[in-house]
Amino acid sequence: MSVLVFVEGFNGEIKKSSLEAASYGNQVAQQLGTTATAVAIGEVHEEALAKLGEQGISKVLYDADSRLNQFVADAYVKVIAKAAQQESAKVLVFSNSNIGAAVGSKLAVRLNGSLATNVTTLPKTDGGSFVVTRGVFSGKAFADVALTSDVKIIAVKKNAFEVSSNGGSTATVEKLSADLADADFAAAPKETIMQETDGGVLLPEAEIVVSGGRGLKGPENWHLVEDLAKALGAATACSKPVSDLDWRPHHEHVGQTGITVSPNLYIAIGISGAIQHLAGVNSSKVIVVINKDPEAPFFKAADYGIVGDAFDVVPKLIEAARALDK
Amino acid sequence: MKILVCISNVPDTTSKINFTGDNKSFDKNGVQFVINPWDEYALTRAIELKEAKGGTVTVLNVGEADAEPNIRKALAIGADDAIRVNAHPKDAYFVAQQITAIAKQNNYDMILMGKESIDYNGFQVHNMVAEMLGIPSVTPAFKLDMVDDSTARLEREIEGGKEVVEVKLPFVASAQQPMSEPRIPNMRGIMTARTKPLQVVDAVSAEAKADYVGYSKPEKKGGVKMIDAENAGELISLLRNEAKVL
Repeated sequence: MSVLVFVEGFNGEIKKSSLEAASYGNQVAQQLGTTATAVAIGEVHEEALAKLGEQGISKVLYDADSRLNQFVADAYVKVIAKAAQQESAKVLVFSNSNIGAAVGSKLAVRLNGSLATNVTTLPKTDGGSFVVTRGVFSGKAFADVALTSDVKIIAVKKNAFEVSSNGGSTATVEKLSADLADADFAAAPKETIMQETDGGVLLPEAEIVVSGGRGLKGPENWHLVEDLAKALGAATACSKPVSDLDWRPHHEHVGQTGITVSPNLYIAIGISGAIQHLAGVNSSKVIVVINKDPEAPFFKAADYGIVGDAFDVVPKLIEAARALDK
Repeated sequence: MKILVCISNVPDTTSKINFTGDNKSFDKNGVQFVINPWDEYALTRAIELKEAKGGTVTVLNVGEADAEPNIRKALAIGADDAIRVNAHPKDAYFVAQQITAIAKQNNYDMILMGKESIDYNGFQVHNMVAEMLGIPSVTPAFKLDMVDDSTARLEREIEGGKEVVEVKLPFVASAQQPMSEPRIPNMRGIMTARTKPLQVVDAVSAEAKADYVGYSKPEKKGGVKMIDAENAGELISLLRNEAKVL
């Protein structure tokens, strides 16, 4: 019996959300008195895999089949199921990403396991039960869920767990081959198009997010959001009206029907704070609201607020942020 | 083309969420229910495809009788018929088994639904159904078009980009914006929806694997600290030295 963590690569390195999942998996393993193994797929540097030792991973199973460089759910499922079988894994841990949650759902069927996505706590394992807390009602509440099957599958909410580091340990990397057939790639993507991320910060992974609303008056003023984001090493986001008006692309829309983010710092500029928007951001650790309307409901959910015109306030913030020593 | 669209009945996005009975169940009191907004993207795209290529759109809900007004709304928007599996949707696995049982009887060309429900936020059911049926799934998709009679072309979001995927029918896909522009039912739609077939069937015997044992709400914030706009730059030093997030 062991804990198996699926880690995703990005540009040859391991995604931060997967390092969080690895840290989580190691803590679950310690709770259960066992060890944590990772499984990795596709284009990841071997040094990056070995470094998972810092998150307490003892061994990494690695399938380097280049067809796996793109996400193909059925093929990924086959590789991870093989790793799970080889390790007699009873707990499988994923990041709650589009990939992790998709593969986790399929594995729940294949391995006859219980699945919880969007998980925010370590399991409570008193008296033989296995209960985790997960975010529900789009950030407005949490639910405690008992996973009742023998195999438990957990997709960990992004930025809900610290990346642990025990300094210097390395994991052993072992090759894994799942004998994939062409049929496993029937739904392989024809084309993968990555966004221009400019500063290189992906919104779902970002620790700091700078977000703009209709208060910015038009897409031509977005340099304010972008410059502040750049100065802080942040990703940019927007409110629903802004993406509906096509001022910004849909993938930047944060809220109940957009993406949910939980960064350490969320800075909202010219966003009034409708309940649907708050649902997408209210698990952020610190929220800053800048709005010229002192009655904007967002101030009630904020840690810091500035009542003022974005066109006066934001340049001052940019200047102060640029002056910070990194 | 036969399209199945699965919808859930969820609290309106503006709802305040409360729990009753020692925080063991969701308090429906005073809550308006709507078609899950993510499912509406799937529903309207299905109707658009039907209008362009012919075929039928069947709406499926796994739920109790109180979901029927929103099932009728889906019929008013343009679905042809509806099925309600009469059951409390215990967990994603249970719901996926119910959808799979209906799908096995009817040979749908595509099975669409939202990427998740705004109440349980699982992002699970579509991939479970695909796995149970042994057909491909494309999730979450924001674009869906037919290439020819047997192939669809979808675009799906991945972290940091998008992928273009072509799949043979049948397949499962989950929707997110901007797949379609949700429609408001017109008077004619509302009138015809009354007579469209809504079949209520019993649930198949199926197990749940996740047991919801209790709920809680996020802790309230301690209150906002206001900074004078004239000294806006001070915010940055507070974020570094007090909040310690920079």
